[in-house]
Amino acid sequence: MAAVNILETRGLSKSFGGVHANSDVDFELARGKVTALIGPNGAGKSTFVGMVSGRIEATRGQVLFEGADISHLPAHKRIQLGLAYTFQITSIFAGLSVEENVALAARRLLAGQPEALVKRVTSVLARVGLSDRAVQIAGDLSYGHQRILEIAMGLAQEPKIFILDEPTQGLAESEVDDFITLVRALAGETTILLIEHNMRVVMETADMIAVLDQGRMLAEGTPDDIRANADVQAAYLGTSTDA
Amino acid sequence: MTDNSKSNLMHIGVLVVLFALFFILPVYHAGNMSRIMVLAVYAMGFNLLFGYTGLLSLGHAMFFAAGMYGFGLTTNLGGLPVPLAFGFGVICAGVLALVVGFLALRTIGVAFMIVTLMFAQTAYLVVLYFGTYTRGDEGFVIQQAQRSIAGIDLTSETGRYFTALLIFGICFLLIARLVQTPFGKTLVAIRENEERTRMLGYDSHRHKLKILVISGLFSGVAGATYALLFGYVGATFATVQYSIFPLVWVLLGGAGTTIGPLIGVFFMFYLINISSGFTDAYMLVVGVVLVLLTLFAPHGLAGLLRKKVLTWLP
Repeated sequence: MAAVNILETRGLSKSFGGVHANSDVDFELARGKVTALIGPNGAGKSTFVGMVSGRIEATRGQVLFEGADISHLPAHKRIQLGLAYTFQITSIFAGLSVEENVALAARRLLAGQPEALVKRVTSVLARVGLSDRAVQIAGDLSYGHQRILEIAMGLAQEPKIFILDEPTQGLAESEVDDFITLVRALAGETTILLIEHNMRVVMETADMIAVLDQGRMLAEGTPDDIRANADVQAAYLGTSTDA
Repeated sequence: MTDNSKSNLMHIGVLVVLFALFFILPVYHAGNMSRIMVLAVYAMGFNLLFGYTGLLSLGHAMFFAAGMYGFGLTTNLGGLPVPLAFGFGVICAGVLALVVGFLALRTIGVAFMIVTLMFAQTAYLVVLYFGTYTRGDEGFVIQQAQRSIAGIDLTSETGRYFTALLIFGICFLLIARLVQTPFGKTLVAIRENEERTRMLGYDSHRHKLKILVISGLFSGVAGATYALLFGYVGATFATVQYSIFPLVWVLLGGAGTTIGPLIGVFFMFYLINISSGFTDAYMLVVGVVLVLLTLFAPHGLAGLLRKKVLTWLP
């Protein structure tokens, strides 16, 4: 039987000069679940997933993926293992068509199979509702559609872990609803690690919530646990107004 | 008709036109076209790196010169048969590109430009340093007797034109194919957004090293062919000027298009050729035209075509 946790971090730390962005973060990501990582601005959430995905080199600590230590693998190797990462700041191929953006994401896996590639691109675009914009240049899309294209590029890789860094940032309410529907549909298919500021999205999608505060893991648990947690209320929900 | 078949038709069409031109053009212009086709191979090699991958090298003359000297020295001093010497020249350029790439690709952007420029400058000085063999600036001539393959005299206008066309054609079709492969498309992705490409699981460093070697190989083919067809090997071809030429050709013709390099070399060649017939200050004319083109067609001539009419242009 597969282990319960698909990903673990042990003592993961990152210092930028004297600033401790992450200190000894021990974290477990449950397979097949949607886990939300929340915390006030500057809590170190993006740094944390940066270290998980390999974009940022950890100062100390380990990242274990399916039991294997991947701490020293470069980012592209981790992605090849089955991690997908969507950027907080939209990072698409602005000069290429929407379908080529998605094709690039899928092509690494389907390089020798042009028909399967076309099929995958078509189905992913249909799933996120971008089919009618397939031939448009990605840079010409509206901001919301570019965010959705980011997600489509992640989906096209059929990842084992899908890391979404603030995917709903800047989306309209109706687009946020679509996003919630999409994440719910994905639950069970893949493991999702969601960094999110929008509490409605977190409460409606997450099976588990982890709270980072000042670079430390403050609490982990189900949405109900977290809601009831006094530390979290003090650090985040109760006192912070930017939620 | 699909974009792919249009593109195939275009590439074949260009080769057919070049074939026919020999029988239409006066001898003088046919001679020019031979030179243009060889230099276009050089420009196409450069375009793979600059136009498709977004890496601007300011030292490509070293690869052109490596092909040229690798061929010229082994055939002249070593007495190697032409095909072997030619192959040796091309390999020289490839190995040089591998070594330079290994070191230079640790840098990006302006630093990459400067590092490649420095390596090319070193290569130029090496040519001068070994003046006993290379005859330095003066260069050396490859004897007519050595410039034939399988009984075909490459010093005749016909032999020269069709050899140039053959080599151009092979490179042209190879590159047209290459940019359509998954590898070629990943290069474009690196040009557009390297960080994103890496985060899609592609080893961007490896891709860049590979394409630098391929680009060096094509440049080496051009250098060796130039020496073979025009019989002269000289240090001028290793100067910084010959590193800048392909950049100008590609920018003019259209970076990141398969046809752009040929158009760029053709345009520049005749621009100099015609304007120098009118005035000694022909570089001034060239300069003005370049400024105008940059203003009104920043993506080059083929880039302009792609934007306005032929959106399928590869």
